[in-house]
Amino acid sequence: MTAILERRHRARAAATRVRARSGRSGYLLGALCIAICTVMLLPLLMSLLASVKPTAEAAASPPTYLPHAVSLDSYGRLWSYQQGLPTYLANSLGTALLAIGFTLVLAVPAAYALARFQIPGKEVIFVVLLLALIVPYQALLTPMFLMFARVGLTNTLVGLAVLHTAVQLPFSLYVLRNSLSAVPRELEEAAITDGASSWQVLLRILVPSTVPGIVTVALFAFIMSWNEFLGALVMMSKGSSFTLPLILAAARTETSLGGTDWGMLQAGITISIIPCVLVYLLLQRYYVSGLMTGAVK
Amino acid sequence: MAYLAPALLFVLVFTVYPLGQMVWMSFHSWSLITPPRWVGLGNYRRAFADRQYWVSFLFTLKYTAIITPVLIVGGYLLALLTSQASRLRRLTRTMVFVPVVIGLGVSSLLWYWLFSADFGLVNRALMDLGLISRPVLWLGVDADRSNLAIIASVVWKVVGFGMILFVGAIQSIPTEITEASLVDGASYWQRVTRVILPLTMRTVLLVTLVSVIGSLLAFDQFYIMTAGQPQNETATSVFYVYLNSFPYLRLGYGAALSMILALTILAFTVVQLLLTRRSHA
Repeated sequence: MTAILERRHRARAAATRVRARSGRSGYLLGALCIAICTVMLLPLLMSLLASVKPTAEAAASPPTYLPHAVSLDSYGRLWSYQQGLPTYLANSLGTALLAIGFTLVLAVPAAYALARFQIPGKEVIFVVLLLALIVPYQALLTPMFLMFARVGLTNTLVGLAVLHTAVQLPFSLYVLRNSLSAVPRELEEAAITDGASSWQVLLRILVPSTVPGIVTVALFAFIMSWNEFLGALVMMSKGSSFTLPLILAAARTETSLGGTDWGMLQAGITISIIPCVLVYLLLQRYYVSGLMTGAVK
Repeated sequence: MAYLAPALLFVLVFTVYPLGQMVWMSFHSWSLITPPRWVGLGNYRRAFADRQYWVSFLFTLKYTAIITPVLIVGGYLLALLTSQASRLRRLTRTMVFVPVVIGLGVSSLLWYWLFSADFGLVNRALMDLGLISRPVLWLGVDADRSNLAIIASVVWKVVGFGMILFVGAIQSIPTEITEASLVDGASYWQRVTRVILPLTMRTVLLVTLVSVIGSLLAFDQFYIMTAGQPQNETATSVFYVYLNSFPYLRLGYGAALSMILALTILAFTVVQLLLTRRSHA
């Protein structure tokens, strides 16, 4: 016993020594932290600053570091670029919301069944459901495109949302099955004794107790769909159905004043980044836990 | 079963069926205008003899081989720095992770601007520092230089992903172990190499695999930053599948290339799943 205490004590002392020693290098590491923060934030900040340069300054070569005057001209040009920013925002947001909806409607009941019911061949079904984890969706785009073209789903938000749901479903099932399995059965048993149906159990008891899992799934579906590029590039060929990343990629080769309209590009980049960063800062906890589950599958 | 049916049906229609069709297509010659014609392994043999297939495949391997160690070592060093509990360290962790949540397409556009020869801030800063005297043509002129610029941008974008997982692994090391090594008088780097690294090895392997798979599937950054230039030398494997399937409409050949890609990825995924499986036991 005393040996253990003695060991503890020595550990404390050693830890204090280390802390004291790191006090000297502490400033150096602090400076390193600040340098790293700067490197990470600088590109985003420069893009934001470039987006508020007046038209002529935004097209200057060599470029200026800081805007000499503040102007929203670039945002104005983006607002009315081609079909107009509202169309592209609506396409991106609509696809993301549909993808969240589809994912939850499919994954919540399925995860419930996997977590709670005895189904013959359950393991096999689970493996089939997770198939998309081992087949990269990039490889399935051509057959998907042909299928969508046959039924008129290309150039539609529903079609792109279906594609995004197919990508996101395995991860979502996995996260939701885990969080549903973690809910104690006593709650449901009490409800079942009171004569609740299994649907009522799911909606009234299990869904409210798995809010963190559901938020994680919705968050990842949103980020994935809002940012996804290749699938949208393949499925959306009409300008009016472009999502935000597509129209910006198209705008990089578009010319105005004899070159790329850099100011407008910066405005578009800033607008695409804002929702992602906001959602991350608000829901950081869910983000990190989701990543851990995703990587450890 | 009623609960499972919709998800199962969805996966059968939108994953299993396309997978089956891709296998079928890969054995056919098909260009949309002519009806599909059975060619057996013809498409696979053609890939073997296709110079551009090898250019794309080797370029993708080179990209993966350079970026993976940078991401793992960089992510791990950042995790060592930011896994300690101080407000500045936690803030740094949050900041390093910010680019992870933005889209790869959007970050590629951002760096397309930063690396632009005449309008980008990278050349402006390098010239002001006196490191270069003329603007460098970073993108789309020389394959290796483009690769380096793109790798720099992707490291910025995803290094936080590995870092966050490493932080999780480092923080889950029991404090008794850390205390014991302190009692034994181990220096910081001794603790890192003898205690922390061995105890987080599984996460290192996992992140390595996730990074390798992600890099082998690279597309957005090359499509946006170089458009495959010069002469498709920077067109990655996925890029070449895309070119064959869509602009060129060689559907059968594109499917065969997809199959080769999917099987390559599968090999890595199986290793990843085995690693995770072992950890549960």
